[in-house]
Amino acid sequence: MNIDLTHEEVAFRDEVRQFLDTEYPEDIRRKRDESVPLTRDDMIRWQKALNSRGWFAVNWPVEYGGTGWTPVQKYLFANELANANAPHVVPFGVKMVAPIIYTFGNEAQKKRFLPDILSSDVWWCQGYSEPGSGSDLASLSTRAIRDGSHYVVNGTKTWTTLGQHADWIFCLVRTSSDVARKQEGISFILIDMKTPGVSVKPIITIEGDHEVNEIHFENVRVPVENLVGEEGKGWTYGKVLLQHERTNIAGVANSQYRLNKLRDRAGQSLHGGEPLVNDTNFVRKIAMLDIELKALEFTELRTLASVAVGNAPGPESSFLKIRGTEVQQALDALLVEAAGYYALPYVPQQYVLEYPAADRIGEGSETSTSLHYFNNRKASIYGGSNEIQKNIIAKHVLGL
Amino acid sequence: MDFSFSEEQTMLADSVARFIDTDYDFESRQKTAASESGYSEKMWRTFAELGWTAVPFAEEDGGLGGGTIEQMLVMEQIGRGLVVEPYLATVIMAGGILRRLASNEQKLKWLAPIIGGELIATLAFAEPQSRFNVANIATTAKRDGQGFVLNGQKTIVLNGNSADLIVVPARTSGNQSDRSGITLFAVPGDVSGLNRRGYATVDGLRAADIHLDNVRLDAADVLGEEHNGFMALDRVIGEATLAISAEAMGIMQKMHDKTVEYSKSRVQFGVPIGSFQALQHRMVDSLMSCEQSRSLLYWCVMLNAKGHADAIKAISALKYQVGTAGVRVAQEAVQIHGGMGVTWELDIAHYFKRITAIDLMFGNADHHLDRFISFSQ
Repeated sequence: MNIDLTHEEVAFRDEVRQFLDTEYPEDIRRKRDESVPLTRDDMIRWQKALNSRGWFAVNWPVEYGGTGWTPVQKYLFANELANANAPHVVPFGVKMVAPIIYTFGNEAQKKRFLPDILSSDVWWCQGYSEPGSGSDLASLSTRAIRDGSHYVVNGTKTWTTLGQHADWIFCLVRTSSDVARKQEGISFILIDMKTPGVSVKPIITIEGDHEVNEIHFENVRVPVENLVGEEGKGWTYGKVLLQHERTNIAGVANSQYRLNKLRDRAGQSLHGGEPLVNDTNFVRKIAMLDIELKALEFTELRTLASVAVGNAPGPESSFLKIRGTEVQQALDALLVEAAGYYALPYVPQQYVLEYPAADRIGEGSETSTSLHYFNNRKASIYGGSNEIQKNIIAKHVLGL
Repeated sequence: MDFSFSEEQTMLADSVARFIDTDYDFESRQKTAASESGYSEKMWRTFAELGWTAVPFAEEDGGLGGGTIEQMLVMEQIGRGLVVEPYLATVIMAGGILRRLASNEQKLKWLAPIIGGELIATLAFAEPQSRFNVANIATTAKRDGQGFVLNGQKTIVLNGNSADLIVVPARTSGNQSDRSGITLFAVPGDVSGLNRRGYATVDGLRAADIHLDNVRLDAADVLGEEHNGFMALDRVIGEATLAISAEAMGIMQKMHDKTVEYSKSRVQFGVPIGSFQALQHRMVDSLMSCEQSRSLLYWCVMLNAKGHADAIKAISALKYQVGTAGVRVAQEAVQIHGGMGVTWELDIAHYFKRITAIDLMFGNADHHLDRFISFSQ
């Protein structure tokens, strides 16, 4: 056991810092710091910057363009990006569909799809949930019926994050209903969003933004070569996907960054004329979160270390998801608390860089706390609600 | 950064675990806990033969040269086995002072027999008014010719009922809560003027209130420098806090594992109670608390093994975790065991009592949360 970084690890960390100093676009940095939402172009520019250094597809196998980093390198990389308040990469292509393609896809699919994901030239979105299938995902009813060299897809997918920007969607669809278990007869297919019959309808979420969508499929003809792996095995692939993305699933580095912000803010915000840090009750809440987060940081490191020495990836990701989102949401609430009255103004038009400073109500970093708080209640719901994650742990870890 | 244990460390942990599993059964433990001294001399000698009493001491003193990591590995198994023998008091606490401060003669006199399993020792760190502040010492030691005269009262002295050696912090100068002016004395248990009232504690262990009434000691009984005992005292309390946190880790893991097993065999309404989602989610919460606690334990041990700046702060974070999440895991275990969980007969109840006592020892969760905050600013 040794907590110190090796010389090589320190050198690597410095290299990442150097990269962020020079390659992290200044306008994106300003938007992040002032809570201005990023555009599609901003996100793509950032991903292309990462890719130009070979640091975009962190977890891919080296042969497809991955990094081959050790768990500690991945940890350091995530920390440095979080400390710079750099944006998350959009996960649907690089972290979600790509591992399915390089694990279960054929050579033609790998050749066709992976390079465009790596270069961020194609934007992917996810088609899992349906209006009638949330936590009970396997009850999904979007149908793909074989018709010659095509599947004909009919149905509705929902909660499709950033689907309004997407070029392609990966979907779980039902190819057979003549099955013993509902998990059977589900297939994993890739659909070009420009295909006739695909339509995108915005869903406005609690904080007033357009982040998610409903996607309708009406007699959409999808070539059979867009089926990944075997017909009817989609559920198995989908489960692998859920366990695949292990790095940073708990969002530890980002929460650490926000905890430091919270400390700073508590030093500045006034409470009865005194800095909030003089409020013992508030300081205790910060300390309790700090301890929980430190534990989570090391739980994630232990998990990564264990996977790196060849232990099978398992349901630990459920654990990291639960505790990670609990910490995030506790931080959301404390940031609102620290903002005090300035968490109340709802002036969405002021979250642009050009907004005149004199007209601004409060600081963006304060007034946006409540918007983020409301929006991020999704964290314990998406990706399999935290209760579903507990069911998974009870079954697969505790054997209940 | 590396989370793996060395081959020697793995061997040590495995051998202690094997002994606990095969030679330290709960029924014998209960008989020992009910005996006069509260521990088994035979078992203690066996611990010495197995080398456990030598773990943290330097090789030139006859020890095994182990450090924080090795102490953690032993203490976790002590927790898992609900061991009543005086390892904490003798090896971690009195031993911790001696290996830091004792002269060569003092080491021969006190440390060698501790390693040999022939001597029980303790550290009298608490007084009736001190609560969790170890610097708050009203016991006085006054110069008297070449020697000292000690007067005062020590409370909750672990294994103080049977200790052959009691390390006593006493005030030789300064005010009652000053960190300077504290001197540590090696006090033989049979010295004239020392009266002890031994008692059992709720966790089945033993402690004593000790009255010092004009106890006369030689200058040769001073451990380390006169007036400057606080730093070693504070370090050893820190080490002991880490050690009982490792013990708590063993306890909560054991309680959680036993609870999951029990839920698979206990049938109500015609099905195992482990099939109920209300209980499943609570056991998952306990599992996560165990893993989070283990992460903090490893973090803390790694920092302390290297003497990092954050080492002391990490001990407080860990002790807070043990006193909150650890105690919750224990309460859930009792709850899911139902009525049996609150019977004297079942080991679960005794594990629960021990982890409750651990929360109170060396500062409870609230105390350590505030201490953590004071180090964070």
